[in-house]
Amino acid sequence: MKPARFAYLRAATTEHALEALHQGGGEARVIAGGQSLVPMLTMRLARPALLVDIMHVAALSRTDDDGARITIGAAVRQRALETRDGLAQRQPLLAMALPWVGHMQTRSRGTVCGSIAHADPSAELPLVLVALGGQVHLLSRRRARRLAAEEFLTGMMVTARAEDELIEAVSVPAIRPGTGYAFREISRRHGDFAIAAFAAVADERGVRLAVGGVAAIPMARVLPTDQALGDALDAFAWDLDARDDLHASARYRRELVRRIGGDVALEALRDQQARAVKEAV
Amino acid sequence: MSRHGPAVLDAGQRHPVRFTLNGRTVSGEAEPRMLLHDFLRHVLGATGTHVGCEHGICGACTVQIDGAPARACLTLAVQADGAEIRTVEGLAPAADRLSVLQEAFRTHHGLQCGFCTPGILMTLDALLRERPDCGEAEVREALSGHLCRCTGYAPIVKAALAAAEALRETDHA
Ligand SMILES: Cc1cc2nc3c(=O)[nH]c(=O)nc-3n(C[C@@H](O)[C@H](O)[C@H](O)COP(=O)(O)OP(=O)(O)OC[C@H]3O[C@@H](n4cnc5c(N)ncnc54)[C@H](O)[C@@H]3O)c2cc1C
Ligand code: FES
Ligand code: FES
Repeated sequence: MKPARFAYLRAATTEHALEALHQGGGEARVIAGGQSLVPMLTMRLARPALLVDIMHVAALSRTDDDGARITIGAAVRQRALETRDGLAQRQPLLAMALPWVGHMQTRSRGTVCGSIAHADPSAELPLVLVALGGQVHLLSRRRARRLAAEEFLTGMMVTARAEDELIEAVSVPAIRPGTGYAFREISRRHGDFAIAAFAAVADERGVRLAVGGVAAIPMARVLPTDQALGDALDAFAWDLDARDDLHASARYRRELVRRIGGDVALEALRDQQARAVKEAV
Repeated sequence: MSRHGPAVLDAGQRHPVRFTLNGRTVSGEAEPRMLLHDFLRHVLGATGTHVGCEHGICGACTVQIDGAPARACLTLAVQADGAEIRTVEGLAPAADRLSVLQEAFRTHHGLQCGFCTPGILMTLDALLRERPDCGEAEVREALSGHLCRCTGYAPIVKAALAAAEALRETDHA
């Protein structure tokens, strides 16, 4: 199939894009990498009147690292972040998860913020955003606001973004001393969407395990690391309210949460210990 | 340019699109909704790029946009305006000579019907340029973005690794 008709605007500045979104209301739509939107246009699941291309706005193409936070602009492609010098040292979880986002042929176009905006329940980047306690920076002609990942992601492909709002950037805390990270994904083939994906962060507060692909949005919980871990994982698995679908049964997904979820939590703890040793020398 | 910047390209009307195709400047007209593969094939007559699923899954339409492999079917022609595009037509160094990678596909039977081949070549060409030392795992990961119904992939992997080795040797020579 071919897309239905729409108009196209290549925005030159952020203000230019915001003005077009303001004027267009629900009929205008941002196009970033197009890796999720263009298939929806082709299948006519989306019928916007105007597409606002933000990829040529220089101000949105930056990744800033101020030591404490890494802020990723709306026009930063997944591949650009994946190949950024020192990413694995500055935020290991992003470096671990990015190779799992689709294929090299989609990461070359797709953006980090576009994946957050799309809010697919199996997507890796929303999972990482939840695991790290990241923020979504929203901007419109009316206001600027920042939402925590969990406030932004409200349901399966549903977010708190208003029609005239642009995700200007997303930000995550940079690596902190004494913190460990782990990531694992279960899918049929590399590049497929996850049947279940796990990201864990171990720090002085304990291990926080985030699970994607099971509930409508990625969910995180702090888990005990003693013999109570098994029961806590079992309760978490049930609370995620897993669905049956073409790819896997709900029961299989719960079992993945119990087994792989537990492994990933422990892996983050081991990573924390290994990094502590390295930091000590 | 309007007060705020470039003007809106109206729906249902054709607009000029210009980019570099395999080193040559080309231009044509496209409605905003026209996808890059249709622009290449129907407007420019460059039919080397194939089209399968038209929603990003099969990899048949893969071209290089500004040096990186990407799906033509997930790119609007108007988005490609000003870009540098490379397609399978740009691989052979001369009309009667294949590239090292293409020659390796011939030697190792890396194709049967050839439907998937242009896309796979564009991915592997970029991979071998970026990662001259790449091994089997990287080749297989890059190929995960392509479907081939004929070969079972093993001969494609073999061809890619042979081409990588041949390219490394010519670099050392
Ligand atoms: C074959 C294939 C496999 C894939 N596999 C995976 C996978 O395994 N994991 C995964 O996570 N993704 C996967 N994807 C999707 C991923 O490639 C997309 O890049 C991502 O989901 C969307 O990013 P984008 O920049 O391409 O956004 P677009 O497609 O341009 O936009 C997606 C949506 O977000 C909105 N949007 C985009 N940017 C903004 C912004 N800054 N502000 C407000 N709204 C915005 C758009 O209006 C649209 O509704 C796959 C895609 C394909 C084609
Ligand atoms: S035709 Fe583009 S990926 Fe199948
Ligand atoms: S050679 Fe026929 S699809 Fe690959």
